This record gives sequence, structure tokens and C-alpha cells, in this order.
Amino acid sequence: MSEFRSGFRVVRGSPASRVCLVVLLALIAVLTSVPSWAEAATQRRMVELFTLLSLAQMWNLLAGFAGLVSVGQQAFVGLGAYGMVALVNVHGQNLYWSVPISAFIAAVLSIPIALVAFRLRGSYFAIGTWVIAEVASLIIVQQTSLGAGSGVSLKVAGFDLETRQHATYWLALVAGVGALLIAYLILRSKLGLQMQAIRDDEAGARGLGANVYRTRLIVWVIASFWTAFTGAVYYLSNLRVQPKDSFSVANWTAPIVIIVVIGGIGTLEGPVIGALVYYILREYFKDYHTWYTVGSGVVAVAAALYLQPGIWGTIRRALKVDLFPVRRRLVRQADTHVENGG
Amino acid sequence: MVWLNAVLQGTLVGGLYALFATGLSLAFGVMRFVNLSHGDLAVASAYIAMSLSATLDWNPLVILVIVLPGALVVGYLLQRLLFDRIVGVDPSFQIVATFGLGVVIENLLYEKYTADTQGLDVGSLKLSGFKINDKISIGWLPLITLGCAVLVLSGLALFMRRTRLGRAFRATSDDADAARLMGIDIRTVWGVAMAFAVATAALAGVLYGTRSSFDPFGGPVRLIYGFEAVIIGGLGSLWGTLIGGVILGVAQAIGRQIDPQYGELAGHFVFLAILVFRPTGLFGKGQLR
Amino acid sequence: MTDAILSVESLDVVYGDFQALFGVSLHVEAGETVSIIGANGAGKSTLLNAITGLATVKAGTVSYKGASLAALAPHKRVAAGIAMVPEGRRIFQSLTVEENIVVGGHTARSGPWNIDAVMAAFPLLERLRRRRTDGLSGGERQTLAIGRALMANPDLILLDEVSLGLAPIVVKQVYDAIPTVKSNGTTVLLVEQDVKRALDVADRFYCLLEGRISFSGRPGEVSQERITDAYFGLPGSHSSGGR
Repeated sequence: MSEFRSGFRVVRGSPASRVCLVVLLALIAVLTSVPSWAEAATQRRMVELFTLLSLAQMWNLLAGFAGLVSVGQQAFVGLGAYGMVALVNVHGQNLYWSVPISAFIAAVLSIPIALVAFRLRGSYFAIGTWVIAEVASLIIVQQTSLGAGSGVSLKVAGFDLETRQHATYWLALVAGVGALLIAYLILRSKLGLQMQAIRDDEAGARGLGANVYRTRLIVWVIASFWTAFTGAVYYLSNLRVQPKDSFSVANWTAPIVIIVVIGGIGTLEGPVIGALVYYILREYFKDYHTWYTVGSGVVAVAAALYLQPGIWGTIRRALKVDLFPVRRRLVRQADTHVENGG
Repeated sequence: MVWLNAVLQGTLVGGLYALFATGLSLAFGVMRFVNLSHGDLAVASAYIAMSLSATLDWNPLVILVIVLPGALVVGYLLQRLLFDRIVGVDPSFQIVATFGLGVVIENLLYEKYTADTQGLDVGSLKLSGFKINDKISIGWLPLITLGCAVLVLSGLALFMRRTRLGRAFRATSDDADAARLMGIDIRTVWGVAMAFAVATAALAGVLYGTRSSFDPFGGPVRLIYGFEAVIIGGLGSLWGTLIGGVILGVAQAIGRQIDPQYGELAGHFVFLAILVFRPTGLFGKGQLR
Repeated sequence: MTDAILSVESLDVVYGDFQALFGVSLHVEAGETVSIIGANGAGKSTLLNAITGLATVKAGTVSYKGASLAALAPHKRVAAGIAMVPEGRRIFQSLTVEENIVVGGHTARSGPWNIDAVMAAFPLLERLRRRRTDGLSGGERQTLAIGRALMANPDLILLDEVSLGLAPIVVKQVYDAIPTVKSNGTTVLLVEQDVKRALDVADRFYCLLEGRISFSGRPGEVSQERITDAYFGLPGSHSSGGR
């Protein structure tokens, strides 16, 4: 009797992705060394870039993969920032430990928020998240201990300027790279498969045993955690925390939606490309900020109407390449016959 | 007595919220389409009314004669040229495209008019009204606004029930493909629905501008109030939208009476409570999709 | 062939990656009743959808009264005289029975059918006139769907699986209405899984198997076995008997 093995393998990597990995590791090494040779202004800019990168990646995880399109993520940026302010200014906790702790608190809060918001779907879910962000902002505005409407400055006495700049930079690097890593790991995991199955065909996925609610909730909590973490890191750099700034849609949600839509929603590479392009162009057009926003908004609307795969989606379709290997491909090998004795 | 006044004022404001909500409700009912720039279109209408009013030296309420037909045209064109492409596809793109449109509108307004708050000057009408007793008075403007809301909703209800196009709207909203099989041109239906939606947004925006100050970034809050009114009242019910608006207005008024800072929060809490305990709204017929 | 009111040539219809129809060709003469039989999934509804314009044609042509329908949007085809009683009836839930019938006349095509004529032809609809549609039985819905389609005063009426989900006695009542439907010389193209019913009313029939025409003929001229073989795709069944 011979045993027939059909010639297919499940493969994830590719030459392109392996090259990308090497380049990425080299890039991270270079970026880590930045504080030792770049000036403070450059470091601040990089913090901003990493912030956008991280927030975009998390929004993309929710919107592009989990099917949860939120326009309320600014809630978690604000919660992360104000959590840090509460821990440091009010309760005298360590400046740097308060970042992950604040993110953790925000993640815990994201659960009851989800219980309410998940009662809505699609566009109504989106507006619902906006309402919740408004509510969070209104509640914070009433807390005089946190500076109320006019805001407050983070108490950073006890750390010298240079240490702070370096530490903040590295935390921002962690935020940016970490976001990519988190998204990558989730998508490669079983959770990621479930998530995408649900996104593509909810009824079908349910029929196959996927727990839709739980899957969405897990991704929501993770994204909220990292968004809050990133928000806290940003304000470590900015130092001045105000409600209308940290909970602002214009500051946070608008850029990241534009970034992800133009870069390529539902891909890992898209937010990276989008963030780079957006940020570099924004710096270039610094003096025309409003027109830049109008212009990038128009491009984003055009992309949503006419070029839905975005920049990376289009490249991917044309070149059939994936830089971050999260998709499983079926690859044909020769069929084999194995002879068994007897 | 002071509480009664709060309820009364809240009811009158509720008319304005219902007007904001009507357009949202209509577009969603007919095409399952939510326009996140709905509030921004309302604010833009207020600005346009302001500019036209200054140029022509007419009362802003009279300017409606120009603004409303203009809004009908804008709404129709927006649908045929832009929104038709994203009806019925993955809602993510609806959200992103209309959100982006809102960002563009807000920033264009900011560029032209700066961030200074503005108001629409309707002259003596603004503060005039009649007193019921020394604690309670009813302003003409709020009363006119509520009256407009009732008129618009009645008009829509009549249109839906009694006209050929209205019947086509209802058929399209039930089953778009089956409607095409009846010979209904659903693109025209969608275009007219969006035209009505933007026109109600424009009316709401101008009326709002006559009694409150507005700025380029005030759109989202109007959208939120409209949305909350729709959810409280329940999807699929036009009159539910009016009741939802009134409940929201009253909740805010009562909250403000307790403490001036609590007004908005009170409204949001009532909305959240309805969402948690009665997601289909008070008179809802549909699902939250 | 030149007088055919409907002519389908080498039609291919594709949904995404899935091809539903392969080179389907058929024709219908004015005034005829033609049935299309076939098992579930054979492509019958797809064929009707291609005729009404709800499904996009990848290759081939659909011609009506001598002219290709390719450029005509679905709602314009109704105005041209093609009406369909869709699969599953697709009654409008938020309209009353009367409103459902009235909306069928949206195109205001001239002809013998109007609301009074429909009510006269189908008395059960008269009784249900003001009712909402939720409480209607399957048979009542089917009658409503037919009355609604007639309001368009079609020259060609398409009936998509009208027996689906209905009890046999109700199916009989529905098919008893076919002569009324044909009464003004209206051409009927119907699609059915119930072979007996389909062949009883037909002048000619086609059999669809997995997206292809496997057989065509006249009911009286072909044996039951031949038809069964063609329906199920058994060997030796592909042929064209009669015209």
C-alpha cells in the first residue's frame, strides 16, 4: 500500500518578508541609537511620528481587521494621559511606571465601555464611540484635581531634562514598534484568524464556532491598552495636558483615519507607509496646516471612494508581495507517494 | 415652577434636536447610510446664511429661501456624485468617507471664517417671546423651531404615505432590488432622500445659529445630539425621533438646572441608559444596524 | 426565431469567482409560455436575474423585442415591459397589501391591468386590501406578488419558483391563476423545481443543469424518462428534442 501525500504546504514567509525583517531589525537598532546623536527637536519629532504610527496601527487593527470602526479612540488617548496625570500629580507615583499603569487602568475601563458600545453596529457604533469620548472628556473637565478645563502640567521634577528626553524617546519607540509587533502577533495567531473570519462573514464564522463577542472584546481591550499607553507617552513629551487637546478628534482621530485609509486599511504595512507619508508631508507644509488638513482629507475621501485598498493594498495587489508575513498561502509541491511495507 | 420651566425649555430645544435627527433618520431608513458630516453641513449652512445675510442685508430667516433650495441641490449632488459609490458597501468606507468629508468642511470653514464664534442676527426676534407667568416664558424662536420640526416631520410622513415617490422611498427602504423590479429608479430615490436630509440639516443649522453661537468645529456635537435623539426615539420611527429629541432636550435642561455644568452630561447619560436598557429605543421598529 | 420576444445567446454569468451560467441560449416567442426546469442551484434564478438586469452578464447577449438589453438599467426594463414575480415573493413589509399592488404600477405603463382589474381577478386580494403584510400566508403573498407584477402591464412576465414553500393545494391555486396572467397575450417565462406543474402549463420547456441547457422540447413530445435524465444529468441526456 502506498500513501499519497498531496503536494501542498502552508507557508507564510517569503523572500520579501525575510529581507524586510532584516531591514527592520537594522532600522530599530539605528532608531534606538538616535538619542546619542540627534538633537532634542529631532527626538521630539520622532516621538510624534511614533505616536501617530502606534495609534494608526491600533485603529487599523480595530477597523481593518476586527470590523470595529471607531471614531472615539481619542477617548483612550485622553484617558491614558489623564491616568498618568492622576497617578503622578495627585498620587505621587513614579513618572515612568505610571505610563503602563495608566494604560492598564484605561484597558480596564474599556470593558464597560465596550459593553455599552457593542450594542451598536457599523456607523452607529462609530458615532457611539464618539459620544463616549465626549462623555469621558466632559467628566475629566469637571475634575478640578486634574486641572479642569484649562489643563495641567505633568510634574516631572526629580528627573533632569536629558534623561527625560531620552527615556521619553525610547518609550515612544517602544510604542511605535510595539504596536506593529502586537498587530503582527495577533494576526498570526488563532485570535487573528477568528477576527478576520468574523470581519469577512460574521454569520459564517459564528456557524463555525467563533465567539464573535469575545473575539471583538479581546481585540478592543488590547487596542485600548496600547492606545492609552501611546497617549501617555506622547504627553510625557508634551507635558501640558488639556481636555480639549488630549480628547480632540482633530488632533488624534482625524489624522489616523486619514493615515490608515491612504496607507491601506486592513494591511500591516499600510499604517506604516501612511504615517510616514502623512508626517513628512505635514512637516513640509507646516505653514499651511489648515490647507494641509483639507488636502489630506480630500485625498482620504477619494481613497475611500475610489482606491479602497490604499497605497499598500494597491502595491500588494500588483506585486503580490507581503512584507509582514501574516497571511497563510497554500504552496504547491510535488505530490509524493510513500511506500509502506506490507 | 423652576423645574417646569426647565422641562418646557427642554421640550422646545428638543424640537431643534429632532430636526437634526430627521435627516440622519431619513438617510439611514432609505439607504442604510449614515453621513458623519451631517452636523458639519448644518454648521456650514449657518455660515452661508450669515454671509448671505450680510451681503444682501436680509434677515437670516428670510435667507432660508435661498439656503434651503441650495441645500436640496447640494444633497442631491453629494449623493449622486460621491455617496452612491459607498451605499451598500462595507460601512467602514461610509464612516471614513463621510468623516473625511466632515474634516474637510470644518477646515474650509476655519480657513474662511477663523475660529471666532459667530451668530445669526435675527434682530428683535431673538429675545422676544411671551410670558406665561413670572417664572415661565416662551421665546418665539424656540417655538418656531419646534413648530418647524413638527411641520417637517408631518410633511415627511404625508409624503411617505400619500405620494408616488414617497411610496417608492418606502419600497426602496424595504428591499432595494425588489424596488428596481417595480420600475423604481433607486438612484433617484437615494438622491432625493439625501437632498431632503441635507435640507433638514440646513434648516436645523440656521435655526440653531439664530439662538446659539457657532464655530467651524461645532458640527460633530450637532451630529451627536441628532444621533442620540434617533437612538432614544428608536430607529425606524419618524415620530420617535421627535420624542427622542424632546427627551434629550429635557434631560439636558434638568441636568443644567441641577448644576450648570451637568447639562450635556445628563443628556449623554440618558442616551447611554436607553442604549443599555432598551437598545431598540422607545418606539423603535428596527435593529441597531 | 426572428419573432422571438426574448432571445438569450451564449450567456455567461459570473458571481465573483463563481460561474453560474455557461453559454446559455434560449428564445421565447411572443404569447408563448416557456418553462425552465432544473434542480436547486442549476442557475434558473440567475438566468431570470440576468434578464431583469439584477445580475451582470459577463458574456453573451439578452435581447428583448429584437434589441439588446445590455445598456438598459433594471428599472428601465420594467418600463419596457418586462416584469418579474421574484423568488421568495419579496413583498414590501412596510406597505399594505393595496400599496404593494399600487407600487407595482409605478411605471404607469398603459394596459388592461390596474388596481381594480387586479382586485377583480384575484378576489382574495380585495378582501386583504387594507391589511399589513406580516400576517399573510404563503399563498396570499404569492398571489399578491403576481398581482403586483401584473400592474406593470408587462409584455413578458417572469415567474421565479412560485411554488416554493407552498403546500400542494396552494400551488394548484397559484397555477390556476396562470391563464389569467396570460389573458392579454402576455408572454410567460417561468422557472420551477416542480416539474409536473411546469410542464403542465408550458408550450415549450428547457432544462438547466449546472448552468447549462441540458435539454429542450415540447412537453407532449418527450418521454418522462428523458426529462428525468436531463434534470439529473444522467448520461445520454444532453440533446435537443423538438424545437
